[in-house]
Amino acid sequence: MSPTDGHGNAVLRVRGLNKSFGSNTVLRGIDLDVPRGKVVALIGPSGSGKTTILRSLNGLETPDAGTVTVGARGTAGNGAAGGAGAGGGAGAVPQLPELTLDFGAKVTPREVAALRDRSAMVFQHYNLFPHMSVLQNIIEGPVRVQRRPRAEAVAEAESLLERVGLLEKKDAHPFELSGGQQQRVGIVRALALKPQLLLFDEPTSALDPELVDDVLVVIKELAEEGWTMVIVTHELAFARQTADEVVFMDGGVVVERGPASQVLRTPREERTQAFVRRLLHEI
Amino acid sequence: MDFNLFWSSLGPMALGAIQGTIPLALASFAIGLALALLVAMLRISRNKVANGVGRFYVSVIRGTPLLVQLFVIFYGLPALGVKLDPWPSAIIAFSMNVGGYAAEVIRAAILSVPQGQWEAGHMIGMSRGQTLLRIILPQAARVSVPPLSNTFISLVKDTSLASLILVTEMFRVAQQVAAFSQEFMLLYVEAALIYWVICLILSTAQSQLEKRLDRYVAH
Repeated sequence: MSPTDGHGNAVLRVRGLNKSFGSNTVLRGIDLDVPRGKVVALIGPSGSGKTTILRSLNGLETPDAGTVTVGARGTAGNGAAGGAGAGGGAGAVPQLPELTLDFGAKVTPREVAALRDRSAMVFQHYNLFPHMSVLQNIIEGPVRVQRRPRAEAVAEAESLLERVGLLEKKDAHPFELSGGQQQRVGIVRALALKPQLLLFDEPTSALDPELVDDVLVVIKELAEEGWTMVIVTHELAFARQTADEVVFMDGGVVVERGPASQVLRTPREERTQAFVRRLLHEI
Repeated sequence: MDFNLFWSSLGPMALGAIQGTIPLALASFAIGLALALLVAMLRISRNKVANGVGRFYVSVIRGTPLLVQLFVIFYGLPALGVKLDPWPSAIIAFSMNVGGYAAEVIRAAILSVPQGQWEAGHMIGMSRGQTLLRIILPQAARVSVPPLSNTFISLVKDTSLASLILVTEMFRVAQQVAAFSQEFMLLYVEAALIYWVICLILSTAQSQLEKRLDRYVAH
C-alpha cells in the first residue's frame, strides 16, 4: 500500500526545529527527511544538538518551534512497516494515520503519545528496568501500553531475543548482563513496540570496545531488513557501512549532508573535514 | 524490688502491647504511608499550588511536637464540636505524623531513581502516572526501606504518648500497675524491655525485607 501523504515516501519530515535551553541555543532551524527504509546517521561534536533532535523525535524534548511529521503507515507493504516479519509473523502492525506536531503551537500530551506510538528509542545507557526480567522489560510496553495479548507479546519477544542471541537470558535481570547484552535487550525492547521509526542515541558509546561490534552487527541487520532509522553515533566506520545518508551537525545547524561515503570520505565543508579527520586519526 | 511483680505484670503488659501498641502502630503506619504517598505526589508535582500544599503539610507536621498534635486532636477539637474517642484520635494524630515524615522519605526515594528510567517509561508509551507506578515506585521502594523502617520503629515507641489521651496501650498498663504497686523502676524498665524486644523483631524484619528487595540490584 503506497502512502498517500503527499510527502513521497518519507517516514520522517522535520522542518525548522529550534530549541534553546535558557540562553543556550542548541538547535537552529533543523530540517531532516528520512525516506522509508532508509538510515540516517547524525554525526558531529558533542553539544552540536544531534541528541536533542533525536530526543525531540520521541517527545523527550520539546522544541520551541518547528514541525515533526511522521508519515502514514498502511496495513501491509514490503518492509514499509519496518521489519515486516521481525516479530515472527504474529500479529499485523496497526495502521497509523499521518501525524504532524507543530511545536510553535502548544503540543498536547495526546500528540506526544501519538509520536511515541510511531517512534522508539535505544538509549546510550540502555535504561533497562532493573527490577524486571529481560522478558518483562520487552513486553511491558506491548502488554501494558499497547494492550496486546500477553501470549502474543511473549512469543514476539522470544523470537526477537533469539535473533539477537539472547533467548537463554530471557529470565535474567539486567544487572546479570554485560553492557553489550543489555544494549541488545534495549534494541529488542524498542523493536517490540513495532515503531515506524527507530532512534538510536549513541548506542555504543557506553560500551567496552570489545562489546561494540555485537551491538553494531544487530543494528546493521536491522538496516538491511528495511527499518527506518535515525542514529546518533561517533562510529564513523559503522556510519559509512550502514547509513544511507550522513548529516554532520555543529553548533545547532546542519553543516553538511549527503550520501554516507561522500560526507565521510570526501567532505566538502571545512568543519566536516576537520571533524572526520580528528575522529579517524585521533586515538 | 518485687520480682514476682515482674512476672505477674508481664501478662497484662503483653496484652497491652498486643491489643494496644501493635495495632495502633500498624494502623497508623498503613494509613500514614498512604497519606505520605499522596503528599509525596504533591511535592513532586509540577503544579505550584499542589507543591505548596504538600510543602505546608510537611512543614506543620515536622515543625510541631507529636504530643501537641495529639492534644490538639483529642482535647482541642471538642471546642469546635468535634469529639473523638481516644483510639480514633490517636490513629488520626499518628497517621498524620507518619504522613509528614514518610512523605519526605518517599519523595527523596523517587528523586533518587535515575531520570533515564522516566524516559524509558515514556519511550515505551507510558504516561507519567503509569511510569511512576510501574517503573519508578518499585525502584524507590528499595531505597526507602531503611528510612521507612526508622519511621516505623519511632512510631512504635511514640505510641506510648497515646497513654496521655487515655488509650489503653502497653505503657498505660505499666503506669497503672506502677501507681498501684509503687514499683516504678521495675515496671518502667519492664516496659522499656518490651519496647526493645518489639523493635529488635522489627529490625530483623527490615534486614529480611532489604535482602529480598536487593535481589535484582547489582552491588
